[in-house]
Amino acid sequence: MSTPETVVKLAELTGKTQEAPFVLTDDERHEIEHEIAHYPDARAASIGALKIIQARRGWVPDGALEPVAKMLGIGAAELEGVATFYSLIYRKPVGRHVVKVCDSITCFMVGYEDIKKTLEQHLGITHGQTTADGRFTMLPICCIGACDKGPALMVDDDLHHDLTPDNVVGIVEAYK
Amino acid sequence: MATIHVDGKQYDVDGADNLLQACLNLGLDIPYFCWHPALGSVGACRQCAVKSFRDENDKMGRIVMSCMTPASNGTYISIDDEEAKAFRATIVEFLMTNHPHDCPVCEEGGHCHLQDMTVMTQHHSRSYRFTKRTHLNQDLGPFIGHEMNRCISCYRCVRYYKDYAGGTDLGVYGSAANVYFGRAEEGTLESEFSGNLTEVCPTGVFTDKTHSERYTRKWDMQYAPSICASCSVGCNVSPGERYGEIRRVENRYHGELNGYFLCDRGRFGYGYTNLKDRPRHPLIDGATVTSDVALGAARGMINGASKVIAIGSPRASVEANYALRTMVGAASFYDGHATQEGELVKLALQIVRDGPVPATTITAMEDADAVLVLGEDITATAPRMALAVRQAARGKGRALADEKKVSDWQAISLADLLQRDSYPVFVASVDSTRLDDIAHATVRAAPEDLARLGFAVANLLDASSPAVAGLDEATAAQAKAIADALAAAKKPLIISGTGAGSTAVMQAAANIAWALKAKNDATGLALTLPEANSYGLAMLEPQPLADALEALASGAADTLVVLENDLYRRAPKAVVDAALAKVKSLIVIDHTATDATARAQVVLPAATVFEGDGTVVNYEGRAQRHFQVYDPKYYDASLAQVESWRWLAVLEAASGWKILDDITGACATAVSGLAGIVDAAPGAAFRIDGLKIAREPHRYSGRTAMRANQAVSEIRQPVDPDTPLSFSMEGYNGVGGLDRPAALMPYAWAPGWNSPQSWNKFQQEIGGHLRGGDPGKLLFAGGATQAYFTDVPAAFTPSGSGSGFRVLPLHLHFGGDELSSRAEPIRERASTAFVAIARADVARAGVNGHATVSVDGELVQLPTFISDTLPAGTVGLPAGFAGVPFVAYGVDATVSGG
Ligand code: SF4
Ligand code: SF4
Ligand code: FES
Ligand code: FES
Repeated sequence: MSTPETVVKLAELTGKTQEAPFVLTDDERHEIEHEIAHYPDARAASIGALKIIQARRGWVPDGALEPVAKMLGIGAAELEGVATFYSLIYRKPVGRHVVKVCDSITCFMVGYEDIKKTLEQHLGITHGQTTADGRFTMLPICCIGACDKGPALMVDDDLHHDLTPDNVVGIVEAYK
Repeated sequence: MATIHVDGKQYDVDGADNLLQACLNLGLDIPYFCWHPALGSVGACRQCAVKSFRDENDKMGRIVMSCMTPASNGTYISIDDEEAKAFRATIVEFLMTNHPHDCPVCEEGGHCHLQDMTVMTQHHSRSYRFTKRTHLNQDLGPFIGHEMNRCISCYRCVRYYKDYAGGTDLGVYGSAANVYFGRAEEGTLESEFSGNLTEVCPTGVFTDKTHSERYTRKWDMQYAPSICASCSVGCNVSPGERYGEIRRVENRYHGELNGYFLCDRGRFGYGYTNLKDRPRHPLIDGATVTSDVALGAARGMINGASKVIAIGSPRASVEANYALRTMVGAASFYDGHATQEGELVKLALQIVRDGPVPATTITAMEDADAVLVLGEDITATAPRMALAVRQAARGKGRALADEKKVSDWQAISLADLLQRDSYPVFVASVDSTRLDDIAHATVRAAPEDLARLGFAVANLLDASSPAVAGLDEATAAQAKAIADALAAAKKPLIISGTGAGSTAVMQAAANIAWALKAKNDATGLALTLPEANSYGLAMLEPQPLADALEALASGAADTLVVLENDLYRRAPKAVVDAALAKVKSLIVIDHTATDATARAQVVLPAATVFEGDGTVVNYEGRAQRHFQVYDPKYYDASLAQVESWRWLAVLEAASGWKILDDITGACATAVSGLAGIVDAAPGAAFRIDGLKIAREPHRYSGRTAMRANQAVSEIRQPVDPDTPLSFSMEGYNGVGGLDRPAALMPYAWAPGWNSPQSWNKFQQEIGGHLRGGDPGKLLFAGGATQAYFTDVPAAFTPSGSGSGFRVLPLHLHFGGDELSSRAEPIRERASTAFVAIARADVARAGVNGHATVSVDGELVQLPTFISDTLPAGTVGLPAGFAGVPFVAYGVDATVSGG
């Protein structure tokens, strides 16, 4: 047991900063309890609880897993499984605005790649990255139901369609 | 029964199986990953594809997953179909797109299911040209290595760890082509059954870290069929040796005991045998001497004694204890258990051997539909039972599936039906246990009160069993709930044992089992025992240890022979000191350096379970033989450790015992209850095709060079006169298609099957009994109805003031077992010694972080652990821990701050 293996902590890997100990706010706690009350098994509120945290903090910090899992009566590992399965639960901090570019089949056929390239050039980031000023994060997303008007993307909760390399820059620039 | 047609041939199979299992049962190979006999089917990997046809005229067919398709009557399939073969080759290639192809440096190599399946599917060359996804690994503690890049996402690990073993700290993260199996945060895996991951994972993601530093490929180790010495379950193990060291312990399948799984103490606790400071040479007053000199001195001491007495050992074989008893005579042969523990073991024998409910096998425990654990933390005292009880609780999923006409191998459907439901498990114990997470109700009380609860349950089940006077309302309600659940069950199971240190607790458990048995023949019972061979020793009817210590202290005996026993673990230090102070000559035969060997004039170095042959008797009364894995003298002729019985046979030359069979046979003849031990395994004369059975795989390499540092000529392999096994790759190795008897299987290997999955090639049916019968011989023939026990104890009354507290033994999985706790990885995993005190008593005891505990005049300072579950008026001490004094049952301690 003498040679410890080279070990990198997952937390360090993703560039997360070590924050102060995480404490659930009363407000978060109440709303999660409320969510749990909807189901016969608290576990079923896992996604809801994660969304509650994300709505307030923009993402789900590491420290949230343990106390939220406890409320749900599951292990932190199980909750992290849920959190990491869904691409719209953010386990890293994101920018003020999240640009979600549809890369599903129809949009792909009608010009997704050009849209992506344009955004990359304009924002200087690619999928999974955040601009240095913290304004934008860029992510791929599955079909958002606008296939007939593709290519399409979402900025935060807004849908934008009929994109072209020419109009897309203006669209995202509207988000300060 | 169902008739299925595979590649034009007709077969009769069990229609309740899936096609994969049915075909494997028939000896037909289909490659698979996510299916596992103990875990069922999930259809995740797509490796087990076959072509299925509507009927004999259908020539098109379609691809189905054999593990997800029932083997129903009139099924037509093809394994050999070209399209199915191509599909399977594509699947393995696809699963391996991200695999690093690093077999040469991978510790799974040579016993890897992925290698076996890749060869089976004939995926020879890869075409993936792109960047592979890579992962960072986690430090999962001292037992398990982690190398995530090798993962093929079969999900077996989480299904085993979470669903099967009840662990909560291993999960799966991410989705699609980017999934990660590990902990939410780096850290030691918490489950006491984590080691099975190394065998469950079909790739080199989870490997045995204790093996890592002194690594040897499977084919390059020498093995023997062995028995775990770390508790009374007696799991079958396959230890591997190279260069005179045990390098790894793997599971040896047993259809009624351990099945596919061991506990971590049993798997990772072998290191004590490799310790450098073990006695390996005879000592006289601490100085190394030759065997002849030591034996001469011992003989002189024995002949010159006014009176010789001997103390046996529950961790030594039946043969060793019997040889000792023969040497000194039954009247001078004393128990190696602590005095009260010896009484408890005797009582357990009486209940299980003579009573109407024999001990339930581990496999049968998994079928129980209501379980009461009375007085034990079985995760510590008989760990493999705890894993079985977890399956019993989950068994409700099978019943729900049955109602819905869902096959029991449909693992996901079962889990969906079950959700958080389970069959009732009740845990009544002195403090919280590691099974509480599946308990429908827990009771925390002092042993007297646990016994009263038990007696009350029995009384509710059968009014002719004794009633409990003055039972409080809450306990009465608990008793009612437990009795109702047990009475309603089809297969109720009671587990108790010696762990609480109380005869009353075991008697209460017996009353419950017996009351149930009168109404329900399927009632199960199991009593855990202190050590691996507690029954084997008890059946030799030793005198109580206290009498030995007294005879020594009083001078009635002046010479003592101690067999594999550290007396300081068996009685208060002052009592042992007083006895040993009077002893003229002390002879200790042991393989481990203890406080007792330190006091001995003569130390004769014994073989560990890995280095010697012998028979042990487990909690069911099953006699099991463990065989010598290797001969230490092959590497270093000066090494002198041999089986204790062999030292004693030489000392007792008149016995005429030359080989193991001689002494096993003599013991079987002399002790009627042990007559069956000769049948625990075939004797030394057994041969297959005129051959001994090879301990080494036929691909064993490098033997010629092994001792080249000493001499270039290769010396003759050691001869094994005691057993039908050879210290060689020469001999019968199973390649010829004849079965080796299950008790003589050193390791699992079948053509094309190098991984532990090869056990499936030796079973009567997959996951069932081994062909030719599971190893061992049950010694108990079945008892008769007994009168109920009637001594209901009075309730425990805590002394409300002062510094007096009842001491309760707390059993922990790691650190309390004498031998495994000397292994470095176990020490790393074990907690430090402590004293547990009820929150309510903190003020009375005046403790603050530390406490001074005085038991029987022995004073120790220990860190305190405040417990919310320990009954008021008691303190808990971790049983068997170094630095914790010996505690007799019912003893009070004084506890004060400091
Ligand atoms: S770690 Fe092993 S058991 Fe787990 S999914 Fe990967 S290959 Fe399968
Ligand atoms: S349950 Fe007991 S016999 Fe089985 S591996 Fe664990 S310690 Fe050994
Ligand atoms: S494919 Fe892009 S919106 Fe449907
Ligand atoms: S074994 Fe059948 S799909 Fe994995």
